[in-house]
Amino acid sequence: MKSVRRAGLAVLAASLGLVGLAALVPVRFDSREELFEIPNGTWARRRAGDNVEILPSQIRLVLGARDVLMLRNLDAVPQIFGPTLLMPGQSFRLPFEVASEYQFACSAHVSGQMTVVVEDALTSPWSRLRWRTDGILGSISKL
Amino acid sequence: MHKIHRLTVLLALLLSLPLAAAASDEPSPDFKSGVFDPPRMAPDFALDGSNGAALTLSAHRGKVVALAFGFTYCPRVCPVTLAKLAQVSTKLGPLASELQVLFVTVDPERDTPARLLEFLSFFNPAFLGGTGEKAKLEALRQAYGVSATRVVSDNAKLGYEMHHSASIYLIDREGKLRLLVPFGKSVDDILHDVQLLLKK
Repeated sequence: MKSVRRAGLAVLAASLGLVGLAALVPVRFDSREELFEIPNGTWARRRAGDNVEILPSQIRLVLGARDVLMLRNLDAVPQIFGPTLLMPGQSFRLPFEVASEYQFACSAHVSGQMTVVVEDALTSPWSRLRWRTDGILGSISKL
Repeated sequence: MHKIHRLTVLLALLLSLPLAAAASDEPSPDFKSGVFDPPRMAPDFALDGSNGAALTLSAHRGKVVALAFGFTYCPRVCPVTLAKLAQVSTKLGPLASELQVLFVTVDPERDTPARLLEFLSFFNPAFLGGTGEKAKLEALRQAYGVSATRVVSDNAKLGYEMHHSASIYLIDREGKLRLLVPFGKSVDDILHDVQLLLKK
């Protein structure tokens, strides 16, 4: 009975430690650009019936750290990518300076819309914890 | 004496090196809008203009063009876009004549040249509108990646509305499609980018 309680306490302590780390350790990004690329051959794959999804319907960015949306078309044909049409080899760089939720018409998505959520800089422990939790939940929902 | 002179020249050359390097390594302008890289030539068009003449993009080569797609019965988006562009034009002062606003309809059934003229004059008499055959306008929208869908309006008087892409395309003096201004950008941000394009 004692060992069960000890194990429970250990799990609780570890969980609290993880939450503390998630809240206190600064979120770092290797670049301010969130890059999405259409690989070469995407058009051919789609034509063959493969439902290739490249751009999520919701993209999350953070001011001052990762606040630039970068879209690149590496395919051999023009593609509607996010809010615009990109020629082969062309890229589109869209910076954000205000935290808000941005809606774009995007015919590449079934909903016809793409949302970019731009959050304030992750300066508080709470904002870092929320960012990480949302990231984990987002990854789980994709599984 | 000669030695001192040579030393002075050498020193001046050495001091000027970093300046020269900085000048050749000029960073690309920091635009507030979405930037296309490399920019492509903006697809040209020939439409029925609101001024009674043909409306072509190429006729405005040498100016910066702000191109928007919309419709005159638009209850929310187009009036905001055009009001912002009118403010940008006002803020440009003497440079206003270097910016041409073009408004291409996505609703040719209702937007005649006369209707466009009346609508655009409300914002700025210098703005030009364009309409044309449905298929021609569809092809043009496709060339720019603009979407437009007809939907039943909540307002019975309107009958229908057009849901459409609400971005503004900024085209430079050479006719290259340089920037896409998403809906919601502030007047000052648009002004900032137009001014950068005008400097080129």
